[in-house]
Amino acid sequence: MLDFLRQPWPWYVAGPLIGLTVPALLLLGNRALGISSALRHVCAACVPAGIPFLHYNWRAEAWNLWFVLGIVLGGFVGYRLLGHPAAVAISPATVHDLRTQLHLTDFTGLLPRELFALDNLANWRGWVFLVLGGFLVGFGTRYAGGCTSGHAISGLSNLQWVSLVAVVGFFAGGLLMTWVIYPLLFG
Amino acid sequence: MKNLNYLGLGTLFGIVLTKSEVISWFRIQEMFRFQAFHMYGIIGSAIVVGMLSIQLIKRYSIKTISGEEIRLADKRYSPGVWIGGLLFGLGWALTGACPGPMFAQLGSGVGAAAVLILAALAGTWTYSALRERLP
Repeated sequence: MLDFLRQPWPWYVAGPLIGLTVPALLLLGNRALGISSALRHVCAACVPAGIPFLHYNWRAEAWNLWFVLGIVLGGFVGYRLLGHPAAVAISPATVHDLRTQLHLTDFTGLLPRELFALDNLANWRGWVFLVLGGFLVGFGTRYAGGCTSGHAISGLSNLQWVSLVAVVGFFAGGLLMTWVIYPLLFG
Repeated sequence: MKNLNYLGLGTLFGIVLTKSEVISWFRIQEMFRFQAFHMYGIIGSAIVVGMLSIQLIKRYSIKTISGEEIRLADKRYSPGVWIGGLLFGLGWALTGACPGPMFAQLGSGVGAAAVLILAALAGTWTYSALRERLP
């Protein structure tokens, strides 16, 4: 059993477990799965700065912050305690593309060090991947009213057409970045 | 006390994200390049299970553990849904992380995740400040 837990989990184990989070949160207290809202609650708690959108009773949504704190703990347990392979076993075709197009050589860890090392903040790469990338995630998810959990999982589970529009947007943005902007950045 | 339930459920959720490697930039690149079924299998089966669960809850009027009626709010449309969605997609392919995975990465010990989360907070704050002037 422990050996099974220590290996990377296949999609047909992970996907249904993620799906079950939706009814689990509803049954526990009528809460809708959604993680990007936590970013708004942190802004409202720390720097509301007279912005109307950040003036609301964020304490009533404290469950969301506890859930996110749990995710941090889960990352520690899942990676540090349950073990992990040196490199994520992605498809050879992806390795090939990343080598030839993005000039990556180090495939160990969860993220490529060549793009995400903190020293990179001294050059444009760090600013694009860490700062601009993170900014777009925070700006875009709030503007869209949700992220992969709130729209793709929770919203589509409840047959919301608005969430389908959002998910098409997520994928369009991701494909545009991967297929059009990456070649320009690394060309 | 109730918050401990959410802490526990969040921990399980974070373990699943981590063990299935959803929190890896490499997996997200593989997905956007259509080179493996892994991420599509995860997102697709999560939606199917979530959908079946919600149908069961509705059909049998299942209540919360404290006996409340379960309410599901409808998502409201605005042009932001697709404009914001597109902007998030650009960021998702750059960082290889949506908001949940950023927090799991932080717990796994990836230093970059702290910068990603601060940048995401700055993005959410900026959206909040500009909100009235956006379409």
